[in-house]
Amino acid sequence: MSLEQSDNLVVEQAQTLDSGEVELPAAVQPWTTWKRLRRNFTAVFSIGILVILTVCALAAPLLTNNAPLTIDPVHRLRAPGVEGHLFGTDYLGRDVFAIVLFGGRTTLVVGLLVTAISMVIAAVLGLLSGFYPKVDAVLMRVVDGFMSFPSIVLATAAAGYFGPSVATVILALTIVLIWPSLRIVRGSALVARELLMVEAGRSVGVPESRILWKYVFPIVRAPILVQTSFIFSAAVLGEAALSFIGLGVDSKTVSWGSALTEARNYIQNAWWIAVFPGIALVLTILALNLLGDALRDILDPRLARR
Amino acid sequence: MVKQTTASSPLLQVEDLGKTFGQKPPVQAVRGVNFSIAQGQTFGLVGESGSGKSTTGRLVLRLLEPSAGRVLFRGNDLGKLGKKELRQERRHMQMIFQDPYGSLNRWMSIRETLEEPLLVHGLLDPAGRKQRVETLLNEVGLPKAALDKYPHEFSGGQRQRIAIARALVTEPELIVADEPVSALDVSVQAQVLNLLLNLQESHKMTLLFISHDLRVVEFMCDQIAVMYLGQIMELGPRKAIYRTPQHPYTRALLDSIPGRGKKELPRLKGEIPSPSAIPPGCPFNTRCPLAFDRCFREQPALYELSPGHVSACHLAEAEGQPQGRPNNIAMSPGTGA
Repeated sequence: MSLEQSDNLVVEQAQTLDSGEVELPAAVQPWTTWKRLRRNFTAVFSIGILVILTVCALAAPLLTNNAPLTIDPVHRLRAPGVEGHLFGTDYLGRDVFAIVLFGGRTTLVVGLLVTAISMVIAAVLGLLSGFYPKVDAVLMRVVDGFMSFPSIVLATAAAGYFGPSVATVILALTIVLIWPSLRIVRGSALVARELLMVEAGRSVGVPESRILWKYVFPIVRAPILVQTSFIFSAAVLGEAALSFIGLGVDSKTVSWGSALTEARNYIQNAWWIAVFPGIALVLTILALNLLGDALRDILDPRLARR
Repeated sequence: MVKQTTASSPLLQVEDLGKTFGQKPPVQAVRGVNFSIAQGQTFGLVGESGSGKSTTGRLVLRLLEPSAGRVLFRGNDLGKLGKKELRQERRHMQMIFQDPYGSLNRWMSIRETLEEPLLVHGLLDPAGRKQRVETLLNEVGLPKAALDKYPHEFSGGQRQRIAIARALVTEPELIVADEPVSALDVSVQAQVLNLLLNLQESHKMTLLFISHDLRVVEFMCDQIAVMYLGQIMELGPRKAIYRTPQHPYTRALLDSIPGRGKKELPRLKGEIPSPSAIPPGCPFNTRCPLAFDRCFREQPALYELSPGHVSACHLAEAEGQPQGRPNNIAMSPGTGA
């Protein structure tokens, strides 16, 4: 048995320890995840891309002198690199580089808020659902109800009802993205509930609330973290999709999705209007999904030795 | 409401305890188990896997809800306690689990693990807790440096020491030890058993010791009950069980210990039947080398062979006094070894 083998390795140390002579190895627990993260090329690569994209969005005013909404009909549809327009201009003479940079801010805000709100709600409800069968019976039917709608239809309905704005996009995407995460948290909590350490905690007399927080939550933390990056990418994509069909952000807000919509009619003459926001979008989604995969590998104890 | 425990009334009394899991088919894990443990004694439950001994241990602590019978701890019926009262009562009864790899919270440092029982029961102030945890860690033979480490940094034996310390930290009166050494290396088993014995003496604890290892039980226990398919087959003081075992199952188990003199009975064949399909009559009749026609028809009552030594076997009828209906043991007080 592997259990015995691993124990054999430490028996010697155990015996010397019993005589109180040998120091135990330093506590490494909080650092192992970080160490594995640093050794994982995919993780480092995707985090790198995300950091660059974030910095570009945050430092947008420093990187360009052009405002994304300034119309300049004289210099419309200029090719990239001409007259100080790095990515060219669109059909109203707006600077595409500025649109990509400032559009990144919208993406960032929508992505962060949708992820944060939906993950917190999913974590709390998922834990309760996995831990209390009565809550589970009711909540899972609600989840079934929401998940039986195609998510884009549900988001479209919500966005259409509230009218286009950033807040609407966030609300609509949150409503759609809570449920799969909730299912995942619930599944992990169901497994955690049956662990021996939970029974041991009960036998000691630990109250249920503390069991939930101190025993079950640490176990569901890993799947939550992995899910976070996937939800972020789904939110970014969802924002672009809603904006593309005109139900996303209002016309005073720049976003990659709305830039793509506006590029549709000119794509044969001015490819750059579509391509640059498109590249930004693809890079973000790719990086987030790669990060999610990498995190899943890093946090999965069964894959830890590979 | 708490009755005073006197010398004559046992600390723990188990009456007609039963547990059935599931419906199709129902699994009868524990059936009509009776025993009592006097203060300061070690009571051993032995049997093969599937004999219901671990389930009995969990029922005693009400980690599982019994399907039948009741458990009296310090004179109180544990089944009548509300959720909160039961949680508070856990301070006085603790458990040591078989698997020291799974029973410790791997996200909590040893200090947190050991302080937690005190914390959740509102015992001692922070300084007192620190003091108590350090004393106890010393008692189980671990250095102070272990406090800020995490379970994965320890060997199985060390983890079991930590689990023992956790069970002791609230100074409980009863400890249920469910196979506390069977997951450990043989070289470490003796250390942990000796530690348990010493601690039991110094802390005046009562121990319900569950094991499948007859040698370990002989080493540890004053009273021993042999379980098979959820029932007690034979119960008695250690000397009686090991020197004059009556039940064929007990004798077969003792024969199975290597190097233990002459073999009384032919070796047991086959395996313990499924607790969802318990044979009629004596549950042991499928494997018993001495079984005769009556064993397949009638479930044997418990017969008292000597004070405190009872056996559920038709062959004991000639030797002993009937003790009422099957498996209803009324232990006479003060018959400890």
